Amino acid sequence: MHPFNYRNPKSVAEAAAALAEGGDVRLLAGGQSLIAAMKLRLSAPTDLIDLGGIGELTGIRVDGAGITVGAMTRHAEVARSKEVQAKIPALASLAGSIGDRMVRNMGTIGGSLAHNDPVADYPAAVLGLNATVHTNKRNIAADDFFTGMFETALQTGEIIVSVSFPVPRRAAYVKFRNPASRYAIVGVMAAASASGVRVAVTGAASCVFRVGAMEQALAAKWSPDALAGISVPADQLNSDMHASAEYRAHLITVMARRAVEAAK
Amino acid sequence: MKISMKVNGETVSAEVESRTLLVAFIREQLRLTGTHVGCDTGQCGACTIHMNGLAVKSCNVLAVQAEGADILTIEGLAGDEGRLHPMQEAFREHHGLQCGFCTPGMVMSAIDLVNNHPNPSEETIRAELDGNLCRCTGYHNIVKAVKAGAAYMRTPAP
Repeated sequence: MHPFNYRNPKSVAEAAAALAEGGDVRLLAGGQSLIAAMKLRLSAPTDLIDLGGIGELTGIRVDGAGITVGAMTRHAEVARSKEVQAKIPALASLAGSIGDRMVRNMGTIGGSLAHNDPVADYPAAVLGLNATVHTNKRNIAADDFFTGMFETALQTGEIIVSVSFPVPRRAAYVKFRNPASRYAIVGVMAAASASGVRVAVTGAASCVFRVGAMEQALAAKWSPDALAGISVPADQLNSDMHASAEYRAHLITVMARRAVEAAK
Repeated sequence: MKISMKVNGETVSAEVESRTLLVAFIREQLRLTGTHVGCDTGQCGACTIHMNGLAVKSCNVLAVQAEGADILTIEGLAGDEGRLHPMQEAFREHHGLQCGFCTPGMVMSAIDLVNNHPNPSEETIRAELDGNLCRCTGYHNIVKAVKAGAAYMRTPAP
């Protein structure tokens, strides 16, 4: 790992000020992706701003509209939160399925979203549950947040503060794991709420995406059988040593059916 | 940078580079070499320690991130006069190791597992140990050891 200057601000305002000084600055959340990337020198910032000491970024709050999760809340906290388990069990179980128990004790929702790894689980939750990402500057709708592989709508100087999830009527997340790495080869969040039906897919393409045809079919009838004959074209999907694009296309429909079944 | 933290109950302070990994600090500066580096990529779990009561992979944490933290390593588990922790005792009794390289991480992870699942089924143990790899593939006795260790932790020996 290359050397860097380390800073440990105590508030979002302090972190934003440090970020505004410019240079090759990166924010450190849980570090479960960033530190690994820095060790491989895939990432070599000159300055690292550790968000771990900022109390205002942690915690889970329940209000009338739903559940708001602080950006530095660890996956394990979301997974074992009684509030999340009661209001959005699909979100709790998704958080509990990320990485392994040690990763979940460090990794954060804000870090995962800002990183936007194509095989990450949280993007499927945010897009599928129609969440809103709150930053120190603005609120970003899920549909506008994920812009490409490892890319988001976040601008220079912007820090994720929290994410708010409306409570769906029903939702479930099902993934097909790579048997060795345990990452999602395909993961599908299917959710029905007052604002409509959403089907969000992670792991299959360069970035999380929605499947409009499945959403329309499920809006008409919430049943696995409603998805019969609906598939995502393989030409936009990833193909690698673990799964061909055609196999991923097949898995999307299978995982979507299982998610609908689980969310009955 | 100057950091200080509590390690196995004792306060330690040291000068480290910002890029020093927690596992390097523990092994090379504190000379607590029971915590192992297996893959160095956050996958194998051999470097598992407890930070503020939670199991983490110390090869994927910077030493500076542990400023002020309460750290527990494998060396801090045994009680007075070398009396083994119940989970260590269970690993010994059930021969939950072959070459032993993964064992410190397995034991630290297993204790965290039992803290969250006091009476885990075999299925739970296998699922929740997915962050620890044993390249001898000696999982069968490890799972038996964790089940027994969970029972010992529920009812400590008199």
